Amino acid sequence: MRFLLDAEQRAFAASLDALLTAADTPAVIRDWSRGDHASGRALWSRVADTGVFALAVPEAYEGLGPRPVELAVAFVELGRHAVPGPLVETVTAAVLLTGADPGTAERLLPGLASGEPMATVATKGAHALDGDAAALRISWEPGRIRLSPGHGPVRPSLDPARRLTPLLPGGDLLAIPADQALTWARLATAAQALGVGLALLGRTVGYVGQRTQFGVPVGSFQAVKHRLADARIALEFARPLLFGAALTMEPADVAAAKVAACEAAYGTARTALQLHGAIGYTAEYDLSLWLTKARALRTTWGDPGECRALVVSAAGDRRW
Amino acid sequence: MDLAFSPADEAFRAEVREWLHAHVPRAPLPSLETEEGFAAHRAWEAELAADRWSVVNWPSRYGGRDSGLLRWLLFEEEYWAADAPGRVGQNGIQLLAPTLLDHGTEEQRARILPPMACGEVIWAQAWSEPEAGSDLASLRARAVRTDGGWLLTGQKTWSSRAAFADRAFGLFRSDPDAARPHQGLTYLMFSLRAPGVTVRPIARLDGKPAFAELFLDEVFVPDEDVIGEPGRGWRIAMATAGNERGLMLRSPGRFLASARRLEELWRRLGRPASARDRVADALIGARAYQLFTYAAASRLLDGEEAGPESSLNKVFWSELDLALHETALDLLGPEGEMADTDWAERYVFALAGPLYAGTNEIQRDIIAERLLGLPKGRR
Ligand SMILES: Cc1cc2nc3c(=O)[nH]c(=O)nc-3n(C[C@H](O)[C@H](O)[C@H](O)COP(=O)(O)OP(=O)(O)OC[C@H]3O[C@@H](n4cnc5c(N)ncnc54)[C@H](O)[C@@H]3O)c2cc1C
Repeated sequence: MRFLLDAEQRAFAASLDALLTAADTPAVIRDWSRGDHASGRALWSRVADTGVFALAVPEAYEGLGPRPVELAVAFVELGRHAVPGPLVETVTAAVLLTGADPGTAERLLPGLASGEPMATVATKGAHALDGDAAALRISWEPGRIRLSPGHGPVRPSLDPARRLTPLLPGGDLLAIPADQALTWARLATAAQALGVGLALLGRTVGYVGQRTQFGVPVGSFQAVKHRLADARIALEFARPLLFGAALTMEPADVAAAKVAACEAAYGTARTALQLHGAIGYTAEYDLSLWLTKARALRTTWGDPGECRALVVSAAGDRRW
Repeated sequence: MDLAFSPADEAFRAEVREWLHAHVPRAPLPSLETEEGFAAHRAWEAELAADRWSVVNWPSRYGGRDSGLLRWLLFEEEYWAADAPGRVGQNGIQLLAPTLLDHGTEEQRARILPPMACGEVIWAQAWSEPEAGSDLASLRARAVRTDGGWLLTGQKTWSSRAAFADRAFGLFRSDPDAARPHQGLTYLMFSLRAPGVTVRPIARLDGKPAFAELFLDEVFVPDEDVIGEPGRGWRIAMATAGNERGLMLRSPGRFLASARRLEELWRRLGRPASARDRVADALIGARAYQLFTYAAASRLLDGEEAGPESSLNKVFWSELDLALHETALDLLGPEGEMADTDWAERYVFALAGPLYAGTNEIQRDIIAERLLGLPKGRR
């Protein structure tokens, strides 16, 4: 038992963090939100080069996986920098296709492992994220998956960087999906949410340290401190749930991690907005890029109620 | 990164489970906050100690098993899962003993730890005073130098189980002229039966009488009962406080066991939908605390120090415990009003969590200033 990231995993996080810090993600996010995908694609391919998407693809299909712990490490960083695009969906598509017939898997998985093409996935009746950017669009119905022939009009999300598209019906049947796909989607979303929450906390701590009112930094007021302390507590206790779930990949463990990470991130978003005052309420200030994502991640791939239901219904196979 | 315990650790776990299965009293003991219950729990400590299960992580020469931190955690998980009795010796075992192991003399350890391990001497913590609660450093009880020792005078209060305990440890002002309130404090141990000590029980919310205040009138303490150097008590006591907030006082096994009991209650009552999310959150919180502790233990085993992170623990477990017990009482409905149930007794105890071991407001200040680096403000 040594429940800590090892040196290699920490180095992976640090290298992604460095890459993304240098990439000026706020500008990329704003382009993406307008439907201008060029800078986002460039960033995507640099992220893909670090092997992020290969972590969900088995070695038999030119991947590095399955390596959920490393995937969680990566998605925390992607969330921390609010990287736009169908990140979770590309991972989910890869896991879905791992269960397809060998011919289909051999045809599609090596590409997904290398991050080209982007993929998106929608369950029946739901909107797919970034169907206009993804070249591989998968409609996921109970027990089977189809390659959708196209997408409908883009609908805006509360998070402008998330462009929601219906998928056109029909398309080739791609056989049986892996039933683990939802678990991977939730794990990646939980990790992304944790990263979003950490970024919101960090930015807010920075802000209240330098914004002064009544002649002192607002961060010296106890009401302000205590809200930030609570945000820190919530995020710190979501983290072990995330990595614990990545180790077991039990659906109930991952559901627990998703509830905790998304609630922590959303609570931190509310605190961040409150403590920034009016400037936090503006779209032009970069904080908004994380604020709106915290809200959206909370309900995607299993809202808190669904995930909590899974936690209590799993008493038999939950080992805690 | 892994969560798997070695076969040897799992064998240890199995041994603990087997022992508990054979020894845990079938009927719960009376509350340890009463005189009768205190005696019954003292006997339980002796039974644990007879097979060296009372202090597994201590060195074996003082009655432990040198088990290490991970096995201590496993022991605690099994202990609470078996619904074994609360630990009447816990203040000594979890607060004083680690301090003596780090800062005491060999003579003190050899003299004090073995009788503590078997419940022969039960310790109370005498820190708080009527005018010194959160602002502990403003304490006024005095230690005055005398031949071969010190004379203690003043008042201590809110001392858990001191009504029935044998001895106490606390901070005293030995240099009234020190430049700062944190200086000139001496950490001492004294007998609650010594001449000059008056113990007045204070009934808690539920009327149980083990809580107490202490009046000290020139109580003699020999030099060998000073912990560390005279005048340097604050630092030593703060090391103890880290234990109190951190993982030692409230091991995760306890909350996992409570959350599982809550889940059972919820199922037995037909899984009312209105409480589903709260039951789920109790389970999720208990699991989070367990895993957080595993991570913290891994860091400690790597040689890192437990710093202000213990304040995160304190706020988290106290709020989790309270939410969990409130949910149970709500589930029980009018039945939850009955004071003579396990749930009610545990609820009353949980109510105090955000107050003792440093209030949660104080912990949030520590988190904000020391972990987040926010500017110090006026308190
Ligand atoms: C069940 C129980 C068991 C206990 N057992 C022991 C024991 O065994 N030994 C022992 O020595 N003590 C014990 N205590 C005492 C405990 O440590 C104190 O209650 C605690 O330190 C708080 O002090 P106080 O009660 O004087 O509250 P106060 O310090 O008077 O605080 C009152 C309120 O004001 C808030 N407050 C105070 N200062 C600040 C600040 N700077 N910022 C924001 N809010 C502030 C507090 O958080 C609290 O909400 C126990 C208490 C309880 C309830």
